[in-house]
Amino acid sequence: MSTTYKVPIGPVHVGLKEPVTAWLELDGERIVGARVRPGAIHRGIEFMARERNPIQVIYLSERICGICSFSHVLCFIRAIEDLAGMTVPVRGQYIRTLVLELERVHSHLLWAGVACYTIGFDSAFHLGMQLRERVMDILELLTGNRVNYGVATFGGVRWDVTPELAKAMREMIRYYRREFTPFRDIVMDDPIAHARMRGVGVLTGEEAVRYSATGPTARASGLRIDLRKSSPYEAYGDIPVEPIVPQDHFGAARGDVLDRFAVRVMEVYQSLDVLEKVLDGLPEGPYAAEANLNKVLASLKKAEGTGWGIIEAPRGDDTHVVHLKGGDENVYWWKVRAPTYANAVSWPLMFRGNELADAPLIINSIDPCISCMERMMVTDGRGDPRVVTRAELLERCRRKTFDMMGRRA
Amino acid sequence: MAAIFMLFLKFFAGVALLALVVVLALLFDGADRVAHARMQRRVGPPVFQPVYDILKLAGKENIVPRRAARFFFMLAPWLALVSTLMVFLYIPVGSFPAVLGTEGDMILIVYLLALSGVAMAVGGFASGNPIASIGAGREITLMMSYEFPLAIVITTMAWVAHKCGMEGSPFSLETFAASSVWDAVGKAGDFGLLCLFLSLVFVVPGEIGKGPMDIPEAKTEILDGFIIEYSGVNLALFKITFALRSFAMAAFVTSLFVPASFAGLLGGWGFAAAVLDFLLYWVKVFVVQMVFVTLMRTAFGRLKIWQASRFYVMRVAGLSIAGMLLLSIDVLTR
Repeated sequence: MSTTYKVPIGPVHVGLKEPVTAWLELDGERIVGARVRPGAIHRGIEFMARERNPIQVIYLSERICGICSFSHVLCFIRAIEDLAGMTVPVRGQYIRTLVLELERVHSHLLWAGVACYTIGFDSAFHLGMQLRERVMDILELLTGNRVNYGVATFGGVRWDVTPELAKAMREMIRYYRREFTPFRDIVMDDPIAHARMRGVGVLTGEEAVRYSATGPTARASGLRIDLRKSSPYEAYGDIPVEPIVPQDHFGAARGDVLDRFAVRVMEVYQSLDVLEKVLDGLPEGPYAAEANLNKVLASLKKAEGTGWGIIEAPRGDDTHVVHLKGGDENVYWWKVRAPTYANAVSWPLMFRGNELADAPLIINSIDPCISCMERMMVTDGRGDPRVVTRAELLERCRRKTFDMMGRRA
Repeated sequence: MAAIFMLFLKFFAGVALLALVVVLALLFDGADRVAHARMQRRVGPPVFQPVYDILKLAGKENIVPRRAARFFFMLAPWLALVSTLMVFLYIPVGSFPAVLGTEGDMILIVYLLALSGVAMAVGGFASGNPIASIGAGREITLMMSYEFPLAIVITTMAWVAHKCGMEGSPFSLETFAASSVWDAVGKAGDFGLLCLFLSLVFVVPGEIGKGPMDIPEAKTEILDGFIIEYSGVNLALFKITFALRSFAMAAFVTSLFVPASFAGLLGGWGFAAAVLDFLLYWVKVFVVQMVFVTLMRTAFGRLKIWQASRFYVMRVAGLSIAGMLLLSIDVLTR
């Protein structure tokens, strides 16, 4: 007779970067059932935005996430630019691309280090953290900050790339081409790392489509999807980017954690190439359409409509939808859909047939950003969160819409 | 009268040795942490950090979980510590004989180490926490896996000592400390000994729960496993036990396979040679611990429990059996 018992991974757990709970039903070490319960770090950012004007929301949107902060900012800004019909000078677009790729390098390096830490390979973790310092230094040199760069604004960017900075960046690219390869080899040739990552947390290509996985998680399952190729934005129209899938490099896509590791590692090299091309092709000219923020704000006050911004963040596609009301200074409503939300749905699939020892690695393998993801929480007002069904949620949505339209169902 | 005097002498020697061993084990643990950090390009803690940790923990209260089996929960750390400490009473230090060398041998050492492992697992099971139970279960699984190669190594060594006519009781560690087992066998035997040595070295991380075999503690998986509910004095006792276990295994490997001493060089100077051997012994233990504990745990990640179990039951057991066969051929054919 076998008895199962329940063990929580999280909300606060050494192996997890952010609070999320996975209740695992275990038979010995084997996982027989898993329920993921987010909801520990909801901050109501979209609600806060309704009391702020778009320029203030730029800095609020940066606080959605500490790692992919520029992706969220750019997404929000592109949504506003979309609805207000603003244009961005080419140099501004190139600098945005530059920061996006720097952020991708820094995010993937952090993830690779944390993945090693999760399997107890502390030496590789420290090596990864040390490698990451260089790109953080460059970001600090460009923007003045290591995280939450505050570099983007409507119609361009706030800081220019000086010749000295370009030189430092080229040096950084050379540094990574030289120093990153040993790190990759240490992990990917290590027998124990192979034993821990190969065949763990498998998500097949079909399932990735069915559960709408995005970004490196989907690419590791063999799907050729990358917004930088399929709907180019900023400078990606000039700089072609091919989606990186494991079957091109290793023969077959297995969709396991090692494939996700490999895809992210290859994307670091790809980002270095893109960075080099951006620096080579950096056009002269202004880097922002309008430096006077009061003018921008005045024009945004008149704007009305819904704008969309969709970009390829380091973790997958990030979508922001913003609505502004004419004559109203504040953001009327704003919806953020972070890549983790799409990827987290596949967690229960990845847990199938794996063991307790794999659970933190599987949770980390999609590079979860829980604070990006948590957009909603249900409470009865006494601090008791409970779960609503889909039908109930739909009913509530309808009721709310009717309320807002001023009539009853 | 002389018997009582000898008893007193042994008592004082034992107390002095155990005090020295605890301090040295903690210092070696500190050195291990510093070396580990330096290999990862970090600065690392002060060498005395484990001592500070113990002193701090000793001043904190013991918290017993409501669902714990109180008696076993409180007993386990003491049992683990005492049984690990007792190991050192049976290990000869340099050319000084073991304090209780006449009363016990290698088999007792293995049983004492197993007892402290079982005590840890009992503490984990008794703490009433599912995560601690998983850690304790892993500890037991790991123990069942590495005991087989360990038993092969020890019995083979004793058989070789007996057949080659090494002086002393074949199961006594003093036999191996007094004369080198490497000299006693031929060419094929040396390869066999190397196999046994490697098997024992692979058992070390499992036995002490470090390196690629820190599965029962697995910080990022089960949050330090069976010690998750321990705090205060109990946790301090466990920390000392962990440091002592790696120290004991290093000392065991050293006594069995690294018998180098000054006795041959300083033939006439009996006492000076004994003192130098005493110091040399700790240096040897330190080197063994650095290479086979610190380096191993820096170089590798953590295996899963079934992978570790398979590694011991298939690979290491196979290696030790190969060593046994080589030694048998060598000893029987000359």
